[in-house]
Amino acid sequence: MVGTSKWPLRILVVLLYIFLLGPILIVVPLSFSNDTYLTFPPESWGIRWYGAMFYHQRMTDAFLVSLAIASIVTALSLVAGIPAAYCLARERFTGRDALLNLFTAPLLLPTIVLGLSILLVFVRLNLLGTYHGIVIAHLIVTTPYVIRIMITSFTTLPAYVEEAAKTLGASPLVVFRKITLPLVLPGFVASAALSFLLSFDEVIISLFLTGPRLTTLPVEIYNYVESQTDPMAASVSVVLVSATMAIVIVIERTVGLAKAIGR
Amino acid sequence: MMENQKQRKISGGRRQIFTALLLPMVLISFVAFVLPVARLIQMSFEESDVSGMLTGNYTSGNYPAFFTDGFNLDLITNSLVMSIVVTVTTLVFSFPVALYLFRISPAWRNILFVITISPLLVSSVVRTYGWMIILGQSGLINNALIYSGVIVEPLRMVNNFLGVIIGLVEIMMPYMILSLIAGFGRLSAVYEEAAASLGASAFTRFWRIILPLALPGIALGCLLCFVLSVSSFITPKLLGGGRVYVLATEIYDQAIIQLQWPKAATISVVVLIIFAIALFAYSWALRALDRRFS
Repeated sequence: MVGTSKWPLRILVVLLYIFLLGPILIVVPLSFSNDTYLTFPPESWGIRWYGAMFYHQRMTDAFLVSLAIASIVTALSLVAGIPAAYCLARERFTGRDALLNLFTAPLLLPTIVLGLSILLVFVRLNLLGTYHGIVIAHLIVTTPYVIRIMITSFTTLPAYVEEAAKTLGASPLVVFRKITLPLVLPGFVASAALSFLLSFDEVIISLFLTGPRLTTLPVEIYNYVESQTDPMAASVSVVLVSATMAIVIVIERTVGLAKAIGR
Repeated sequence: MMENQKQRKISGGRRQIFTALLLPMVLISFVAFVLPVARLIQMSFEESDVSGMLTGNYTSGNYPAFFTDGFNLDLITNSLVMSIVVTVTTLVFSFPVALYLFRISPAWRNILFVITISPLLVSSVVRTYGWMIILGQSGLINNALIYSGVIVEPLRMVNNFLGVIIGLVEIMMPYMILSLIAGFGRLSAVYEEAAASLGASAFTRFWRIILPLALPGIALGCLLCFVLSVSSFITPKLLGGGRVYVLATEIYDQAIIQLQWPKAATISVVVLIIFAIALFAYSWALRALDRRFS
């Protein structure tokens, strides 16, 4: 092949990968700083900020809130998204394309505009600073991905496989449990993992909806980074990045990362 | 006849089942998407007093007021210039990576693919914070340069447009790389080898073969980078340190700090109009490419 083994290109690519991954990886060494202010490389090393993190009430509260919200959002995304994806994948009806476009359209809207729009409606519905409000808002971010992944799963599972089981005398429930479910399981796991991650990491819409009494972890980190100069945010970031990477591996092993989030 | 009637009955029942299956998603879309967008547009025509209280009257004055304020025009210029610089830089940084990924063996490609895309899933707050560690006053680069004696005073790389642009380029790279690779679909080593065997230089091969075939992917990547940059908020806010004013940061300030919702809604609609223009330019560019190369 032409140009595959050229060293200048390889070195350039390595440098560009350092640029791409540098800001994510640098939080790891900084998290082991014992300094009281942000300097790199740190003047003293230790695990002081990992300890401080657990005693920072607002941060631990926000972590638990995010965990709860992401779990509920994941469950509801699957409950709402999978049946819808099933219909859109299996039925040809008028308005099908319109519905599909409607369900995936929130991806096209800038998040900052979506956040403001949701704020304007939720303020009237008394949903600001509540679990309900944040969950509903996160669903609009997660369900487009669930629907896209599950439509692919249902389309690649041909209807005749289910028909065959039915012909051989299986009840609809048995067909679903023994045939449909196992075959779409990778899509199911990927949808769940991606929903959890998107909700857990969501920051812009949450900034509009959270208040002093209820904040999520990314919002709390954002506020901390904006107002404090000590390296505790690095320790929290390491926890966040490790969790993200674990979920990324789950998605990669099930439907493949590129398929799940590629546009 | 009987057969026919029976079938119709079943399809009627099926329709009910399918309506029930679609209903939750329709409700979510309605409450968290359709209604909010309608309310946003409505809000951009509402009147408010100095303190931000809505008077209950409608006005068509919000848009003229927005476009006649010099500061707002600066916001538009800042957003557009920033996004264009980010898009062009991201393209230059992403092209070698995409080309390399396209050409290496499939086993390696998969691993590098995951490494390339996974930053997309890492919180933008963390990625921006990482840049604060690298570019800050006593950050990695400044400390390294001072230690090695290259500079005496730390360079200012954060709390200005330079920092914001660096941060945004890094955030946009995975989108651009993915778009470029998708566009490389038509590119085949066969063309390049043919050109090489006919005596074309590396430069000619790039300029006459790789680039034209990659243009649709470039257009898609640029569209994505541009619209995502125009609407980016976290990076301009944190790396700009309150000194970088763009449309997205102003939407947030007007909505949350000034409580001027009609103004925030007006700026949001302006951002949507910029999106629409970018989409239009993209489809125009694609059609022009089609005409030129078909």
